Amino acid sequence: MSKINELFNKDLRVINMGLESFYNDLKKQEIPVTHVAWKPVAGGNKKLSSLLSRLK
Amino acid sequence: MGSVKYSIKKNTYYDSVTLMIISKEIKKMDGVEEALVGMGTDLNKELATNLQMSNSEIDELTPNDFFISVLGDDKVNIEEVVAEVDNLLNAKKKDSDSDYMPPTLDSAVNNDPDANMVVISLPGQYAAEEAKKALNKGLNVMLFSDNVKIEEEKELKELAKSKGLLMMGPDCGTAIINNVPLAFANVVRKGSIGVVGASGTGTQEITVLIDRLGEGVSQVIGTGGRDLKEEIGGIMMLMGIDALINDPNTEVIVLVSKPPAPSVAEKVLKVVKDSPKPVVVNFIGGDREVVEKYGGYSCISLEDAARKAVALVRKEEVKDFDGFSLAEEEINRIVDQEVAKITSGQKYLRALYTGGTIADESMKLLGKDFDIYSNIPLSPEFKLENSMVSKENTCLDLGEDEFTKGKPHPMIDPSYRTERLVQEAKDEEVAVILMDFVLGYGANEDPIGEMLPSLKEAKEMMAKEGRYLCIVGYVCGTESDPQKLKESQERLEEAGVIVMPSNAQAARLTGLILNKIQ
Repeated sequence: MSKINELFNKDLRVINMGLESFYNDLKKQEIPVTHVAWKPVAGGNKKLSSLLSRLK
Repeated sequence: MGSVKYSIKKNTYYDSVTLMIISKEIKKMDGVEEALVGMGTDLNKELATNLQMSNSEIDELTPNDFFISVLGDDKVNIEEVVAEVDNLLNAKKKDSDSDYMPPTLDSAVNNDPDANMVVISLPGQYAAEEAKKALNKGLNVMLFSDNVKIEEEKELKELAKSKGLLMMGPDCGTAIINNVPLAFANVVRKGSIGVVGASGTGTQEITVLIDRLGEGVSQVIGTGGRDLKEEIGGIMMLMGIDALINDPNTEVIVLVSKPPAPSVAEKVLKVVKDSPKPVVVNFIGGDREVVEKYGGYSCISLEDAARKAVALVRKEEVKDFDGFSLAEEEINRIVDQEVAKITSGQKYLRALYTGGTIADESMKLLGKDFDIYSNIPLSPEFKLENSMVSKENTCLDLGEDEFTKGKPHPMIDPSYRTERLVQEAKDEEVAVILMDFVLGYGANEDPIGEMLPSLKEAKEMMAKEGRYLCIVGYVCGTESDPQKLKESQERLEEAGVIVMPSNAQAARLTGLILNKIQ
């Protein structure tokens, strides 16, 4: 069975990154959801962020 | 001319929609002419400069810094503004304050190792990287963000394909997976119709009409608007169809998209031909013969697609629907009643849409008989010179970039549409307004309530000048949506709006009225 069809048989568990309203909507419906308190890497400095991602 | 006052908080991040909604509230404060509450992104800094609300300190902010800039008279006290912003932020936070919010995707996965779907709505330049991380962790992705490069989209979708995962988007506005509405989606009953959609409001329209016809959906997979372009090759749509063919809960498949690139259309239609399940294909405005040649059921409208899917599930006769739910005599009565009230100088239509695909559908239905100017015209000669000024018959997609710079999508923040409605009502040649109201999660909590004062104002203003404003409306939603369909329709009807049961029927009724006055 493909992974997509496996997903269709499971309960949806969501990670939300970005708009908090999407997180609140899922919470209201009692869907398991984790909201990521995301911030731009390296304060949005693109050069520094790309250096950091290479370190990982 | 007032003065500019500002406040800066470094290293404090809030999402853009939260801040744009707060900006809107701050603008309502006494003495405030203009307010910007945002992160120090290039877009916000440019906006501040254009509004003459910037300075050297704001210029130097990074996307991780938060600023408030207000233009107003002497009464405006920046401390009070900052306090109000904090209040609004705290009110937003109240619901979720006790929840653990991990700082990265890695830590979120550690927090919930069984998570299986990541919904990403980060600014476009960061979104692809996070989507790639998620796929590499074996997670399905819904990428709501736009401004993702097409090369990145291709890379993400190829990665998803190699792993057998969903990569919905970028620019995927709607999906319903395992009956959970994601991003902008309606609460649609569970059923046996599976949908793969490359167009957001097109998909919403089909799914709500399936619900209203008494059937439901198994899965609704979004692909993002560019999936069927040559460069992407329909990767997600093909994977979506395959998953629905293999899904025992799906009996009928519906595909919805703008006409694909010819090579991609062929690939998709070959799969349609081999599908053991019936496939309804709505390549909006595309060639019906080609679809039928491959054994697909072709459609004349989004409503027609929903009706055909329902007929197939019920094993009823599948036929084109190009009419009205109401009897012909009733429709004629409504048309005559409206036409009688419209005065002789009034002749034009102004359609103010929040949903791009349904705006496009209305233009396709009306465009056969009328020239319709637009910011998303059917052909280039009908492109509006300036989207802010309508011309003759005009149909606008208010979700396009020129209307949303520094503002949330009009489905979330209807304030520009309320202003535009009043602006249209001032035009002596305007007779008919056509507008959509999209309900569901993601959308404004009360789109009807936001619009009612302007509807009243526009109607009263015209009545004073001896003119009549005919307003045709359509509510895209279900009874299970948080905003409730029936109540929404009734509130509009009480305000004198003619509410039609589908977008196609709203457009058709508008056409009948225009026919008699043009």
